[in-house]
Amino acid sequence: MVQAAVKSANSVDQGRSGDKPWVGRSIERVEDAALLSGRGRFIDDLGVQPGTLHAAILRSPHAHADILSIDIEAAKRLPGVAAVLTGEHVKAVTSSLVVGVKAPVECWPIAIDRVRYVGEPVAVIVATDRARAEDAAELITVEYRPRGAVVDPLAALAPDAPVLHDGFPGNLASDRAFRYGDPEQAFADAPHRFSIDIKYPRNSCTPIETYGVVASHDAAEDAFEVLANFQGPFSIHTVIARALKVPGNRLRLRTPPDSGGSFGVKQGVFPYIVLIAAAARVAGRPVKWIEDRLEHLTASVSATNRATTLSAAVAADGKILALDWDQVEDCGAHLRAPEPATLYRMHGNLTGAYDIRHVKVRNRVVVTNKTPTGLNRGFGGPQVYFALERLVQRIAIGLGLDPLDVIRRNLIDAGAFPYRTATGALLDSGNYQEAVSRAVEQGKLAELKAKRDEARAQGRLYGIGFTAVVEPSVSNMGYITTVLTAAERRKAGPKNGAQATATVGLDPVGSVTVHVASVPQGQGHRTVLSQVVADVFGLEPKDVRVNTEIDTAKDAWSIASGNYASRFAAAVAGTAKLAAERVAGRLARIAAGQLNVEAADIVFTRGFVASRHNAENRIAFSRVAALSHWSPGSLPDDAGQTIRETVFWTPPELTPPDDEDRINSSLCHGFIFDFCGVEIDRTTLETRIDRYVTMHDCGTILHPGMVNGQIRGGFAQALGAALYEEYAYADDGSFLTGTLADYLLPTTAEVPEPQIIHMETPSPFTPLGAKGVGEGNCMSTPVCIANAVADALGVADVTLPLVPARLAELVRGVEPPPPAGRSTATRAREGDRRLHGEGQASVNGAPEQVWAMLLDPATLHSVIPGCQRVDRLSETHFRADVTLGIGPVTGRYRADVELFDLDPPRAVTLRGRADGALGFGSAEGRITLEGDGKGGTRLTYSYDAAIGGKVVSIGGRLLDGATRVIIGQFFTALARKAGGGGAAGGGFSLFALLAKLTSLLGGRR
Amino acid sequence: MTRLKADSRHLVRFKLNGKPVEAEAEPRMLLSDFLRHQLGATGTHVGCEHGVCGACTVVVDGMLTRSCLTLAAQVDGCDVKTVEGLAPSADRLGALQRAFRRNHALQCGFCTAGILMSLDHYLSRNPAPTEEEIRDLLSGHLCRCTGYTPIIRAALEAALSATATEESSDA
Repeated sequence: MVQAAVKSANSVDQGRSGDKPWVGRSIERVEDAALLSGRGRFIDDLGVQPGTLHAAILRSPHAHADILSIDIEAAKRLPGVAAVLTGEHVKAVTSSLVVGVKAPVECWPIAIDRVRYVGEPVAVIVATDRARAEDAAELITVEYRPRGAVVDPLAALAPDAPVLHDGFPGNLASDRAFRYGDPEQAFADAPHRFSIDIKYPRNSCTPIETYGVVASHDAAEDAFEVLANFQGPFSIHTVIARALKVPGNRLRLRTPPDSGGSFGVKQGVFPYIVLIAAAARVAGRPVKWIEDRLEHLTASVSATNRATTLSAAVAADGKILALDWDQVEDCGAHLRAPEPATLYRMHGNLTGAYDIRHVKVRNRVVVTNKTPTGLNRGFGGPQVYFALERLVQRIAIGLGLDPLDVIRRNLIDAGAFPYRTATGALLDSGNYQEAVSRAVEQGKLAELKAKRDEARAQGRLYGIGFTAVVEPSVSNMGYITTVLTAAERRKAGPKNGAQATATVGLDPVGSVTVHVASVPQGQGHRTVLSQVVADVFGLEPKDVRVNTEIDTAKDAWSIASGNYASRFAAAVAGTAKLAAERVAGRLARIAAGQLNVEAADIVFTRGFVASRHNAENRIAFSRVAALSHWSPGSLPDDAGQTIRETVFWTPPELTPPDDEDRINSSLCHGFIFDFCGVEIDRTTLETRIDRYVTMHDCGTILHPGMVNGQIRGGFAQALGAALYEEYAYADDGSFLTGTLADYLLPTTAEVPEPQIIHMETPSPFTPLGAKGVGEGNCMSTPVCIANAVADALGVADVTLPLVPARLAELVRGVEPPPPAGRSTATRAREGDRRLHGEGQASVNGAPEQVWAMLLDPATLHSVIPGCQRVDRLSETHFRADVTLGIGPVTGRYRADVELFDLDPPRAVTLRGRADGALGFGSAEGRITLEGDGKGGTRLTYSYDAAIGGKVVSIGGRLLDGATRVIIGQFFTALARKAGGGGAAGGGFSLFALLAKLTSLLGGRR
Repeated sequence: MTRLKADSRHLVRFKLNGKPVEAEAEPRMLLSDFLRHQLGATGTHVGCEHGVCGACTVVVDGMLTRSCLTLAAQVDGCDVKTVEGLAPSADRLGALQRAFRRNHALQCGFCTAGILMSLDHYLSRNPAPTEEEIRDLLSGHLCRCTGYTPIIRAALEAALSATATEESSDA
């Protein structure tokens, strides 16, 4: 059934006329007044119990290193510090987080003996306020022994790659092969085979509110109370309780009334819940922690990056006969729950919107020295559709067909629903052909094509991209078990379903309260539920008060509770309807007795319970609703109570994976068809979205304004993923995008208004006919834009994000290195924090004199800026403590320098390291000393340095220029010093440079 | 110039939304933290603490200011306006706030306070802005929920309604 397209609703529908249902109208949100006037109640807006302590977290600057020692004594002595926990202390009071695959590995929320990613917690400092805690963090000395790091998922599989966990040999956490239909035969018989290699980058939807946790421990009952802006799924509650070594009923987990965005990301707060709860237990006081932005970007969570090879067996007319997926999923340094779910969420939908009966899949999960991954809007969809829809474009080009024709040729037939995909999903409803036709017509594709032709005729770079995707929603809690073999699943017991819960209560004056375990982060759940329940009871939304906070000690909830997998409209709102209807059914029986009619004759309308046939025969809703409280004895025997009703609803379609690994991974499947026109500036290679059309069929629309809000929001995030955003790592695992000036989010200057078109094909599987809509554009838009860019440039391969520098490489080839110069510092290549430089300087004093001073600790002490002390460990080995401040940022560093290949007084090689709170560096350089014939010495130097840690995350882009300035400053100072009667060794520049570079820029303090 | 001792607290007095307030702050305390944790004005939010996201925007002596890049001690004696001062009364929203609600210009509402402050400040000086001007102004604010266009529509609508009200009151 296809209903009329909904008019795009931009502003509110406040009309109160008639008996038009509230569902389907864009009423004003009940949430907004408080949020608009500064009265929101986000976690950091709520007060805490007096005496609550505040935590700061010391994090690893290294991507991979052994922890040789941690000295916390000085930190503990700082006034105001209540406790300092290292891995050892956390391990003493918790157990490892469960890992989603069967392997002998542990997963701790803090580093134990070894760090495996930049930003991994190393110590938790608990003090009377956050600033004190951060002061103390700087007093902790950690000695690391760096190991080789691996950041690329394919490189992680190489035989000589550094291994992160002994329990994951070769860094392989899981390797499963699947076969559906007869893919080998299909490939053998097909006239064409097309293949594509994809490297999907890491990105994140980065909510503007960061993580927050307040935890306390009741030692008498050994019970934890936690308030966190966690978003679910509450299956994670079991993981947290187990890690804290308490049964579930001793972990009370609550959520604050408001949460500042999540998009999946706040699922990843859970390791910090364990960490802060452990700190509260050790400190014996409540502990609060609010994550800062650097922590969030560096070490919260991100989507997975994935390397995919996808091949298709294709008929001459473009019909896809079989797919062969080879996916290598990079989950970062630890496999944290619910990973590797990102890889399996789309398992039932690996054929997208297409009728493809033969599928072969190989799924590998690897670990690398990057932040562990987790939920992120689109969850697995962007990675899958980027490969599939890029391949569809390639098939069209290869066969000389129109991409839209290839899409149309493969779409599932409208008469085939409910349609079982080869890999097991049951697509509930749709009419994809009709949706595409409407989009082409209403979105004026013909006009867009004419525009492209015209632009191209003028020599401009203009392209059009298409995407068709199926948007899954309401995840089957059992889909992740597809990572296990059928035998392993039998052993573990079945997992399936998706319990949604809703409670409807009537109070003694007959007013209505609704509670759901949905944990919204801005999606307006309270408003929509008030509409849904108001319709059932014949009330107005303002008469229904909705609470969406969760308290696991008091509320109805289950493992599927929470806000993820776009489950609200389809599952939660429908469950609230069922609960309200159950209460209404009883109220009808009560009212029927009082009005002397049959219960079937009862209607709920305009605040009354009335006879359908005689509107005058009625009784006020509040009067009937209150009766259970005041006079239970006058209720009919079969009516039961009407005080409170909780409904648990799980769809029967969500069955566990079968023995052939077919899995109905999601309950609902919306359809999206997008096309867009982009223009790329010939000079700057900046991509501009000229027009973007997005057609959605998300079933019944409950609130058009909010549906469009979800589409626009997802579109903007997807635009960022397509054009700007990447969690970038250097080859050594240094994190390069630790500020919002480095990790670029789209702004008002970049985000256009997409043209949104709707079609409504209700889902037969959900109470309201609604399907999820929140994630679709995160799946469809990145590849749609990429297809348009590939079309504009006429290139076969494009990699996200499509930043101008990357497009320049495609169009103009790799940029040649700048000509070698004196005293320059250049990066060896993009994204790598290696610095190389060379230069010359002249100082007074003969080479012998300069040489002697170079090896003299007292001289060194006097020439190193901020030097506290210099120790000579041997003739050629020095260690120094240096305090350096640049602007408001001061840091303490320990530098270690050794001299090699001594050729006194002519040449020496130096090798050194510096470590401090803001980062670390290592360098090697060669200095030659040469008499200038006038009693002075000419120093010639060259060096290679590598910088890592916080300084790279937050100021990487500034390093090169700053290096040049520092070198200039150093030699000016050196010449001055030498002029004053002595000369400092030019070789010392390296030493000072290292220390100075690492202290260039600071974080939040 | 007053010298403040790093390790002691100093009294900071200023006007917050027209009312005098005072509390103690260490010299290193940020205005954002001072407003939120010392004065309980939690409507101003902190999103990045390095001046990029714009969530913490307030008005200090008539100037748009990132409160995360301002020390509490710097506003001693100043006139500070925050989101709590925008509504005409506790149970009524102002025209800009109402336009936001009508247009679904917010979802989670975390970044909204800063955006409202920038718009309120700008619209009071530029009553008839173009879409381009509003886009330019708001390019200093990050919002992850809305995709921005409802915010721009709300701003233009609020400007229009303010102009209309003025015209009708003139008539």
